[in-house]
Amino acid sequence: MSFINYSSREINCKIVYYGPGLCGKTTNLQFIYSKTNPDLKGKMISLATETERTLFFDFLPLALGQIRGFKTRFHLYTVPGQVFYDASRKLILKGVDGVVFVADSQIERMEANLESMDNLKINLLEQGYQLEKVPFVIQYNKRDLPSAAPLEEMRRQINLLGVPDFEACATIGKGVFETLKATARGVLSELKRLSH
Amino acid sequence: MMDTQLVMYDEDYRRILAVINRLVRDANAKALFVVEKNGQLIAEAGEVSGIDTTSLASLTAGSIAATGGLAKIIGEEDFPVHFHQGVRDNLHVTLVAKRVILVVVFDDRSSLGLVRLRVKKAGNELAKILEEMLKKSETDCAMGGAGSPFNEITDDDIDNLFSD
Repeated sequence: MSFINYSSREINCKIVYYGPGLCGKTTNLQFIYSKTNPDLKGKMISLATETERTLFFDFLPLALGQIRGFKTRFHLYTVPGQVFYDASRKLILKGVDGVVFVADSQIERMEANLESMDNLKINLLEQGYQLEKVPFVIQYNKRDLPSAAPLEEMRRQINLLGVPDFEACATIGKGVFETLKATARGVLSELKRLSH
Repeated sequence: MMDTQLVMYDEDYRRILAVINRLVRDANAKALFVVEKNGQLIAEAGEVSGIDTTSLASLTAGSIAATGGLAKIIGEEDFPVHFHQGVRDNLHVTLVAKRVILVVVFDDRSSLGLVRLRVKKAGNELAKILEEMLKKSETDCAMGGAGSPFNEITDDDIDNLFSD
């Protein structure tokens, strides 16, 4: 849930990257971190296992500029994608303002994508949110891999809500900032809508 | 259940700051942080230079969320007080009014007993301020966001933020 601080004139929002294990959520944040001006970012925290699988979450604070004298700050989080970390995923969704679903384009991961999407819906509902009402963007990652499913097939199966979606290759950064910008824009537009 | 959006005005911030500045002195603490349960830093006092306060806020919220989850597994509603003992510095973490987290950093110039005692009183004062802040946020929300800066923000303002 966003936090508006009149004292420091800041608007703080939380964006969560969701998706199946090894789909590239952490890689998205790492790329954003590597390409952002040091003045605009804080330290990136990764609570990961020894084999660099996300254990609890990754966290990256980011400043996106000013709107009418208010600094907009986004806190980016990833969830652990592995199925058995569900309790942790629920905790990280608390207070979320926008969600990015990172889908793995490899055809053999389609089942995992769909399972993760169902899990997202259920976990959001437990927090009192409906996916349809949350600013939501889908990223089809790993488009460069030979076993990537056709884009239209990915869209048909995953983007049932017709939300903004982007093709990506997070390791080289393709589509990463486009996804982030669309999500941040969605979050701010929703906050504006709620204030009217 | 979703939380209400938190809006902090300058007067709220000053009141919070007055409470935590006093608490730093009364508890002989090194530093003190008030963190919103979702990981946003609200206020800080004491020797905070050299501390990555944004990371501290996020990790504190993560820790409180994780232990809250643990509490539920064993049938408790929450673990509202946590204590982490270090070699030099210690952390005393309290959940206030189920919405904000009060983090006290202290060393051997103070003691757990003293911190605990002073936090209890200050926690009650913070809870009261927070309750009023939330009430104000809810009223603003019911009035169509009268207190929100988004009232004045246009779609163009949002677009301009993303123009390269």
